[in-house]
Formats: sequence, C-alpha cells, structure tokens
Amino acid sequence: MSGQDEHATESTHLSEERSQSVKLDPRRAVELLGVTLVGILGALMIGFVALDWLRHYPSLGTLPTTAFEQFLIAGMWADYVLGTNVFQHPFMWRSIATGVLVGIVGPLVGTYLVHRQMALIGETLAHTAFAGVAIGLLVIGLTGFGGSLMFVALLVSVVGALAVQWLTERTSTFGDVPIAIMLTGSFAVGTLLISWGRGHVPVTIDIEDFLFGSMAVVTADGARMMAILSVAVVAIVAVTYKQLLFITFDEQAARVAQLNVSGYNTLLVVMTAVVVVGAMQVLGVILVAGMLVIPVAAASQVARSFRETLYLSILIGQISVLGGFAFAIGSSLPSGGSIIVVAIAFYLVAVAASLLAGRSAAISMH
Amino acid sequence: MRNEFEPGAFTHGSVQEPTCPKRTIRSGRTKHTHLRERGEFTVSSIVDVQNVTFSYGEKLALDDVSLTVDEGDFLGLIGPNGSGKTTLLHIMLGLIGPDRGSVELFGQPVEQFDQGERIGYVSQKATSRGGTMPVTVRECVRMGRFAHVGHSRLSDEDRQIAEDALETVDIADLADQRINQLSGGQRQRAYIARAIASEADLLALDEPTVGVDAESRDAFYRLLDSLNESGITIILIEHDIGVVTDRANRIACINTELYHHGDTESFVESEALSEAYGATGTVVHHHH
Repeated sequence: MSGQDEHATESTHLSEERSQSVKLDPRRAVELLGVTLVGILGALMIGFVALDWLRHYPSLGTLPTTAFEQFLIAGMWADYVLGTNVFQHPFMWRSIATGVLVGIVGPLVGTYLVHRQMALIGETLAHTAFAGVAIGLLVIGLTGFGGSLMFVALLVSVVGALAVQWLTERTSTFGDVPIAIMLTGSFAVGTLLISWGRGHVPVTIDIEDFLFGSMAVVTADGARMMAILSVAVVAIVAVTYKQLLFITFDEQAARVAQLNVSGYNTLLVVMTAVVVVGAMQVLGVILVAGMLVIPVAAASQVARSFRETLYLSILIGQISVLGGFAFAIGSSLPSGGSIIVVAIAFYLVAVAASLLAGRSAAISMH
Repeated sequence: MRNEFEPGAFTHGSVQEPTCPKRTIRSGRTKHTHLRERGEFTVSSIVDVQNVTFSYGEKLALDDVSLTVDEGDFLGLIGPNGSGKTTLLHIMLGLIGPDRGSVELFGQPVEQFDQGERIGYVSQKATSRGGTMPVTVRECVRMGRFAHVGHSRLSDEDRQIAEDALETVDIADLADQRINQLSGGQRQRAYIARAIASEADLLALDEPTVGVDAESRDAFYRLLDSLNESGITIILIEHDIGVVTDRANRIACINTELYHHGDTESFVESEALSEAYGATGTVVHHHH
C-alpha cells in the first residue's frame, strides 16, 4: 500500500513538473503569441471588409464611411513612408484582406487534408471552381443576373465537392482516380464554356487572372464572401476539431466510436471547396492547392504534436501570404506565384531543420 | 493489477460444452455479472452474431456464421489467411453490413448502435497513419474521450482519465512523444491506452502485435490478460494460435464457415484446427 502511495506521489510530482514545463515552454509561448497576432490581423481585415460593405448603407450613419476613409488615409501615410502606391487603394486592401484570411483558413483545413492524404482534392476543387467561374460568366452575360461571380463559383465548387465525395465513397477510398477525372473534367468544361462564351457574351474578366492569381481580381463581393466564409470555417473547425482529428488519425476507430465519419468527411470537403474559391482569387486556380499543402508539410516536419502542426501551419501560411504580397508588390509580379515560392522556402527550411534534428526519416509526407 | 497475471490462466470457470461447428453455443460464464442496464435494454451478451453471410463480389467470405460473445469473455478469433476473420470482426462492430443475418451489439441491433464509447478498437491498419501524422501519444489517448464529450471541451476529469490510462499501460513517460517515434510495442500500448481511456467494455483487436518484438508482445498480452481480469471483454484476432490458446478462454475458429466456437480446452481437443486450416494448408508453429 505504501508502495502505491509512493508511486502515486511520484506520478503527481511528474505530472506537476510536466504541466509546469508546458506552461513555461518558450516555444509554445511564441507559437501562441504568433497565432494570437494572426488572429488579430484576421479580425482587422474582417473589420476592413465589414466597413467596406457597411459604408454603402447610409441608414447606418456616417461612421462606417468615416472609418473607411480614415483607414485609407492611414494607407496613404503608409505609402508615403514606404514609397509605395498600394495601401491607399481599397482594391489592394481587399486583396490583402482576402490573402490574410486565406493564410488562416487554407492551412487550417489543409492540416486535415494533408494528413488524410487528400492533398490534391484542393487542386481538383479549384478546377471545379474555374468551371464555376465560366458558368458564372455565361449566366451573368446571358441573363443579366446581378449576383456575384464568386458566388456562382462557390456554388459550383461545393457541388463539385459533393460529387467528389460521392465518387470516392463509392470507390471505397480517397483514391486518386476519381480526383483526376474530376480535376481534368471540370477544367475541360470550364475552357469549353469560356471559348464558347467569347462568341456570345462580352467577357470582361481576364481569365489569366483566375488561372495564376492577381491582386487586382478581388472584388468587394469576393472579399466579403471570403470574410463571411472564413468566420464560418474557423468556427466549424473550432467546434469539430476533435472529431476531424480522430477521423484523420484513425478513421476505422472513429467509425467504431460511432462518429458520423461520412458526415464529417463531407463537411471537410465542402469547407475545402469554400476555402479554395476564396484562395483562387489571389493564388489562381493552378496554385491554390499550394496554400493547403505547403505550410502543413513544412509544419509537420518540425511540429511535436498535432495542435502544434495546426498552429505552425497557420503561422507559416500567414507569413508566406504577407511575404508573397510584399514580393509581388515590390517586383510587380503575380501574387500567387510569389506566395507559393515563399511557402516553399519555408518548407525547405523546415526540411533542413528536421534533417539536422535527425528525425526526417520518421516523417514521410505523402 | 498487472502482477496478478499467471501464464496460461484461462480457466474462468467455463461450463464445458460440446464442440459444435456452425451452431451458436452460448457461454455459461457468469463470473462478471455487473451487466449494466442502458435504457430499456438489459444486456445479455456483448456481441450476438446470427447466421451472418457476407461475400466480396462473387467470393464468399463468411458463410452462415453464428456466435456470441458474453461479458468478460476473452475470445480468440483464429483462422488461416483470408479466412474472413477481419471481415467477421468488422461486421461485429458495424463497420460493414452483412449480406444476410443479423448482429447485435450490447443488445442493440448493430445498425442502431449508438454507444460508441463502449468499444475500444485497434485495427490492423491503426499504425499506418500514426506513421506519418504528427500526433503525440497523449493526443492519441485523449481521443478515447472524444466519444464521451461530443463537441464540448475535454474536462479536467477527461484529461485525468487519459493520464491514468497512460500510467496503466506504462507509457506515461512517452506522453509527449510523437506516435511515429515509438517502437511497435509502445505504439500498440498507446492504442490500448486510448481504448482504456474510452472506458470501453469491449476491446476488439485485429492482429495487434504484427511487427512487434517477442518481448514486447509477451508484455502486451500480459496487459490484455489483466484488462480481461478487470472485466473487460476482449475479442482478439491473432495468427499465432499458441498465444490464443494460452490466453483466450473461448475460441472461434473460422475459415469462411465457423469450425469451432466454444471454450479453449474443447478447441485444443477437437479437430477444428486441422479442419479449418487443412483446406488452405499450413499452420505456423511458434515456440515460446
């Protein structure tokens, strides 16, 4: 009995030490600080998008308009100090806001996708969204429908997501064949529709911007949609973090534990579609999967736990977006490629770090 | 608790029953009588499989299999490769539905079963994802509490239960390690700890010691014994028949059909083994 007591005391000491070491761990503190800063940045960007929206409603008074103008005046000062011609323009802020939000929700959803070995589903859904853009252009051109192009793209992408989910459930795994069929198929439809549409409706949008990403392509509608969807995605992941983790880690055991695996899979795929449509605006169809995959791959090299993977992915994603924007603005190059190149630089650093730590052999990313 | 183990102690007072392939034999065990009442159900057996048939396309995997697992049983499920063991386990757990026949889990039809927290499952494939994903042992074990809390946060009590489970399987010192940095034996302990943390009444294990060294394997099976002693029902798929006959108190031997279902003594005396394995050839003998 006394032996047991001794053991119990010892284990209490151990757990106390452990909890203290968790509290005092500087690495964890830095990560939490970083994630908090990213959160604040995200909230600011959502605030900007909200002002941009509310200023069109005069019934709300002059406050939104005034605040919005003050924001742009601050941007002018920033331009003056930095010698740039960026921050005084609302359209640049819309792009930056969309990019910042993509830098949060992309890696957030991507963490689950990568570890479910579904990395390419993001690419597929981007191509579906491209078909959605084509359909949207036609619908708007032919019917004069006044809705947002990105909203049509979102709808088509979500339908595509459900179709991929339906196909993969019937081929028993997330095999890559249905994904490849969906990817090429929807892109084929998109190119056909756009070519056909050119002869019938005036196409005012540069398709290249959608393929390769551009800071000029983000509309007020697009930014607003991204803000709303980002809040929704973060909220959903916060609520279903545990279930998504369990399913990602051990799907069969999660099934046995009576989790609605099929439901959560559908949720994850639909969230992916949502993120992809947002990300497509700044990254372009072809590069969009990078934001879902590369920050997560980098984080997984060095992270010590799943939660840390999630935090580091978001941090790396966010720094990639901001760094990519800075590079794109500085050198007048497309934002999509810049962001992905910065992210890949992080990935290479992470690989080097984990090689130095001598544990890369234990990690094999798909 | 772990020290109470005696090798080969599978005599849990089973009632001797005749060997009778392809027919349900109910165990007479009454040692663990703390059957819980859930709702309107009074549970009589943990798993009740009745006349289950299943085929993959044209290939018959299970033919009219019936068996029951009672509370406190340690059932060894054996059979040659491709004999339908894993399929049968998956059907028992509701992972796949049978073509014909019915399954009850804890007295509930398996399709309506909703007490997922009562089952701990360690699949054959459980280790593959753990090989790539950055998940710590503690995160893995806490998953055992997920079915209990739903979308709410884990409480301090849930965390404590997970820590206790880590202590039970002796890997508390590895709690912050990534699963993929563990040896095979340690990894399996982590999965068992997850099942313990879920406070499962039934532990289902599908060849849990593949790729685990002999010493860790023995320790692992001693752990299973002590869990079984504490009243947890165990279903174990194992290719090593020696391990099963040493530890399980009941054996189900299948090769598409059920060749034996009953207590271990009658299995050892019966011809079921050679009948079941005869069709496909070899029996691997291990010496421990």
